[in-house]
Amino acid sequence: MKDNILISLKDVVVEFDGQRILKGINLDIHDEEFVTFLGPSGCGKTTTLRIIGGFVEPNSGDIFFDGKKINGVPPYKRNVNTVFQRYALFPHLNVFDNVAFGLNIKKMDKKQISTKVREMLKLVGLVGFENRNINQLSGGQQQRVAIARALVNEPKVLLLDEPLGALDLKLRKEMQTELMRIQKSLKITFIYVTHDQEEALTMSDRVVVMKDGEIQQIGTPQDIYNEPKNAFVADFIGESNIIDGVMYEDFEVEFAGQAFKCVDKGFAENERVDVVIRPEDIIVGDYETSPISGEVESVIFKGVHYEITVDAHGYKWLIHSTQSQPVGAHIGMNVRPEDIHIMKKMEA
Amino acid sequence: MKNTSESKKSKLWGALPAAPYVLWMVAFIVIPLGMVVFFALTDSQGQFTLENIARGGEYMSVLLRSIKLAAIATVLCVLIAYPLAYILSRKQGFQKQTLFIMVMLPMWMNFLLRTFAWMTILENNGLINKFLGLFGIGPLHMINTQGAVILGMVYNYIPFMILPIYTTMCKIGNDVIEAAQDLGGNTFQVMARVVIPLSLPGVSTGITMVFVPAISTFIISKMLGGGTNQLIGDIIELQFLGNSYNPNLGSAISLVLMVVVLLCMSIMNNFDDEEMEGRIL
Repeated sequence: MKDNILISLKDVVVEFDGQRILKGINLDIHDEEFVTFLGPSGCGKTTTLRIIGGFVEPNSGDIFFDGKKINGVPPYKRNVNTVFQRYALFPHLNVFDNVAFGLNIKKMDKKQISTKVREMLKLVGLVGFENRNINQLSGGQQQRVAIARALVNEPKVLLLDEPLGALDLKLRKEMQTELMRIQKSLKITFIYVTHDQEEALTMSDRVVVMKDGEIQQIGTPQDIYNEPKNAFVADFIGESNIIDGVMYEDFEVEFAGQAFKCVDKGFAENERVDVVIRPEDIIVGDYETSPISGEVESVIFKGVHYEITVDAHGYKWLIHSTQSQPVGAHIGMNVRPEDIHIMKKMEA
Repeated sequence: MKNTSESKKSKLWGALPAAPYVLWMVAFIVIPLGMVVFFALTDSQGQFTLENIARGGEYMSVLLRSIKLAAIATVLCVLIAYPLAYILSRKQGFQKQTLFIMVMLPMWMNFLLRTFAWMTILENNGLINKFLGLFGIGPLHMINTQGAVILGMVYNYIPFMILPIYTTMCKIGNDVIEAAQDLGGNTFQVMARVVIPLSLPGVSTGITMVFVPAISTFIISKMLGGGTNQLIGDIIELQFLGNSYNPNLGSAISLVLMVVVLLCMSIMNNFDDEEMEGRIL
């Protein structure tokens, strides 16, 4: 990842049928960066991608590419290529001609096309598939063709719209590693759209978390996970316990009827806040001596850990623990100060 | 696949639902076709003869005219229907429905009535000439010309061109078109490299559905072409319903027409395949 800014969105607003899809997006994307737009469906992440691709024009706001304003420039004149959600391969062309499509349009020399296409098929692991029909390929193979077809044009930016959505878990993992490898070896910018938080955390240099057409937080995967800016981000990036609390003073918060030490400051006295605690950060302890106590309601085995739900005075706590607990048992819970995340209340 | 007697048996059972259709086809397609061939090759006494086929040759000029007019009408139908089908397939909601109904509406009207309407429009003292007369132009001679016959064919058969093309166009996803744009294709290149190749099967079906009825029509030529622009359909009609009652000759001409149509279709399909391959390579 380089320091220079390649793509820049300034106050971008998009409306469809009077509905605001994007409410003023401001975003800088660096050269050779792997950026992921993450959010639930309808949050505007695909629309943002389509703006960069040139398929959607913003109602207001500007898009800059390499310092030049590109509002109104049609897709075929932009130095970006897209991997579409459902691949959108050309059913009347074989694998080779699908990949060669962009080069053929540029009227490149046939020999050169052949070399480049073969190089690309090698990169995505499809050597020997040149003459296959598209409908003879599995989902994963079609995905690779779509990636090769976009990359062969040597774009400065590759846009990927939930490219792994239709693949099974194992193949997804494989392709994630594959895509990261490709991005590093070609040294180009990847802009990736997904609703899968794990995918976003695994692959990205930076994650842009979106909701209702607004950016909630931009940061490295570590930032987003460890320092979520608000309860929405915390909840979307992994499961969380979100509890109402009151900030007594700096470094002291009250929730679940108890006062806790914490590491946050800068709130008004007695300000109402959201307290976010990750399920894996809850320490199960003795019923008598722990600050919070409750009754085990259910235990689900999840492979790596047990997912335990504990009812404490009406609030259902979610705990991830490697140790199981008997259902109905009374247990105690505690949290370390650095694991308590205090967030400003979201406007409703 | 194992070819045991059991699998043969199950195949037989599987074929059972097709039986009514097979019976129907034999009764109403194969047998009548055999009768046409029989009549074509016999005289009125039932003796074998090739004379009917030979006499059919007298109508060669009519046959050629039929092929020419049907071909022109088919080409015009493609040219008009193709852009319309494309627009139709890319529209949504109300606009799409309105356009669609406008295409289909004439088809709900009686065929004879539609053609008769064109007669009154094109006549020497018809609507157009009356209108032109207001400006002191004309009268233009439009009725009883080949142009009028072609117009009648295009007008009556164009829905059969629009519908199959429209259907194949609808199957082309927007994302495929966007992918072509994304890969550097401008509007013209996207059309030539993606939309047209993918919609060719529809065009091919449309050509068959327009050309075949157009080449054998007799109503359109009778009403709009007058006596001088007879088509092969008119000749056949005369042999069965007209004064020169001669079903043997009529069958012979029908047989020749059928062969001509089959030839035209196979030539076209060949051309089609090459066209497709040419684009792929």
